[in-house]
Amino acid sequence: MKPIRPVGIVGYGGYVPAYRIKASEIGRMWGNDGCALPIIEKAVAGPDEDMTTIAYEAARYALQRAGIDPHEIGAVFIGSESKPYAVKPSGTIVAEALGIGSQLLAADYEFACKAGTEAFQTCIGLVSSGMAKYAMAIGADTAQGKPADELEYTAASGGAAFVFGLKSDETVAYVEGSCSYTTDTADFWRRAGQPYPAHFGRFTGKPAYFRHVITAARMLMEELGLGPEDFDWAVFHQPNAKFPIKAAKMLGIPTEKLEPGLLVRYIGNTYSGSSPLGLAATLDVARPGDRILMVSYGSGAGSDAFSFIVQDAIEEKRPLAPPIRAFIARKKYVDYASYARFRGKLLR
Amino acid sequence: MKPIAAILGVGCTKVGEHWERSLLDLAIEACEKALEDAGNPPVRALYVGNAASELMNEQGNISALLADALALDGVKAVEVRAGDASGSLAIHQACLDASFSRGQEGAILVCGVEKMTDVMAPEVARIQMLFEDSRSTFHSGVTIYGLCALLTSLYMSTYGVSYEDIVLLAVNDHKNAANNPYAQYPFPITVETVLSSPLVADPIRLFDTAGIGDGAAAIVLKGPEGARSSSDTPVAVLASEVATDKVNICEREDLLALRSLRLAAGKALGRAGVGLDRLSFIELHNTTSVIGILSLEALGLAEPGKGVDLLKEGAVAIGGRWPVNTMGGLKGRGHPWGATGVYQVVEAVWQLRGEAGKNQVDGAEIGLTSNMCGLGSISCVHVLARWEVMA
Repeated sequence: MKPIRPVGIVGYGGYVPAYRIKASEIGRMWGNDGCALPIIEKAVAGPDEDMTTIAYEAARYALQRAGIDPHEIGAVFIGSESKPYAVKPSGTIVAEALGIGSQLLAADYEFACKAGTEAFQTCIGLVSSGMAKYAMAIGADTAQGKPADELEYTAASGGAAFVFGLKSDETVAYVEGSCSYTTDTADFWRRAGQPYPAHFGRFTGKPAYFRHVITAARMLMEELGLGPEDFDWAVFHQPNAKFPIKAAKMLGIPTEKLEPGLLVRYIGNTYSGSSPLGLAATLDVARPGDRILMVSYGSGAGSDAFSFIVQDAIEEKRPLAPPIRAFIARKKYVDYASYARFRGKLLR
Repeated sequence: MKPIAAILGVGCTKVGEHWERSLLDLAIEACEKALEDAGNPPVRALYVGNAASELMNEQGNISALLADALALDGVKAVEVRAGDASGSLAIHQACLDASFSRGQEGAILVCGVEKMTDVMAPEVARIQMLFEDSRSTFHSGVTIYGLCALLTSLYMSTYGVSYEDIVLLAVNDHKNAANNPYAQYPFPITVETVLSSPLVADPIRLFDTAGIGDGAAAIVLKGPEGARSSSDTPVAVLASEVATDKVNICEREDLLALRSLRLAAGKALGRAGVGLDRLSFIELHNTTSVIGILSLEALGLAEPGKGVDLLKEGAVAIGGRWPVNTMGGLKGRGHPWGATGVYQVVEAVWQLRGEAGKNQVDGAEIGLTSNMCGLGSISCVHVLARWEVMA
């Protein structure tokens, strides 16, 4: 899919909470000392944080870089599976807090870990068609992992926001094309009213993550007439450290091209925030003219693939907000007891 | 040396995580390959070995289902269940059928199949324990690898053997699996690979355990009469014997003696009229390495406590005195429970027909396969030979 009129990113920003818990601390809690751990540590939302505060922080930085009048934003979409309200759009809270006007379309997206990139596509469509001058897409989560489950080691908090507008000298990167691949694949799910998701172990790998990520990436490359060597950087959804590296290898993309956006080892899987944060971290280092491949993955299952070309405005706008690496470096370790209190795992 | 049956064709699927294929898909592939290998003879009976299709795949009555799927109209169909010995017991029943119904037209198709990835690993571990005594062992909460860990520790302390030496069997399996296109884990490993893999049940490490995999294997057999006219390369079944032991291992006099295997092997070698010295290769049941080593001892290939010496001396390697698990065994080829016993016979047939590729045992004439349920509550042994050996 290529937009009729070219669309680009006017501003971007990300946010990762300061608290960290080491995977080894979770392992210690559950008697898994010495077992192979999927990551080093994960970001934990503090007691006064939820998905909307994380989305707000990321969006604030995106607006700082965009340098536009917030009232010109016609739509705010948030992709998440940690919505504070089952019924009440999170976008309403974030938009009002940001000072975006009320002549606004707002909605929350749900597609497991790819809900954020679905918001990208909707924003691109609205802007390209002229229905909105600017539109904001946010991927953010305070992901849930059942105590002692494998997911608890990786389910983390964080998010990133992107403001889309028509391609101009003001856009930091423009969308070369995007496509999606979706099937009915029940690898991971959470039914209404359940506090934690369930998953089907190793089924989440080959027939789920890899099938969708690889297919969407190849579809995009075919549509744009590009090969893996044409991309300077690549960002994949990061449920653990192993999967994105393996996906890159399967596509013939060297691991070095993942490095700037490969954040999972230090912040965990931020679900809807995962690939958007990876894109933001890659924009933090990319040079004008670079081409970035981004492929999200959402269980259930589907992948959205994007190709972005970085523009000159990146140099000027990049310093206007903190880089993602600054949030990663800013950390305070908590033990399992504090983590359990912060994440509401103890009943009072 | 008089055969009880002749194997006319064999076939199998690759063992692995076949996410997009059903129990039936796998069984059909193996059966069609075996039938084609046998020259598509008319089939008069179907025996299916499977451990847990009701619990793992929500499907019972699979022999009729498979007969229907293969369009074997009106055929006799029998399902055989004995945990991870189901496959060899299905072959055993088919051999009985062949000898009981001498002179009857048509071949007998045997299929072992297991689709394990339809449930998650903890459920697999639970179901595996249902093949033990539910009144004692199962309800204690121990897993099969927990029991193997106790046996491994006991073996190590009784005979002063190191774990490093015990896992040489896993290393042997992987080396052979590397040349088997149907193996689940076709790559070599070292002792260090095993020792650095995650702990499953002290002292057992992940790379000392048979993995979870899907697979199906099939053979076509008939009575021995006229086997030569039915096939250019028939393989003789010289013996098929079954024996049992205390299901609750705590009630066994000697925990380190796999009595059911010793009894079944003794009967089988006696029936076949061959001594251990005539065996060209052996397929063992090694859920973990220690069970394989205890099997070597139960078969009489080594004195108690000396099974590891065969590993250290290289006697079990291809080219050694008694090559073991020539296509990868349970560790390397994989262990889809109800299919394992049939895979062993399929692989033995490859060896005896000279079709084992890089793993061919030179001059292979007679082979023995040993398959068991759990820790040997039931064992089934087959002795197979090249047809020419009997001339």
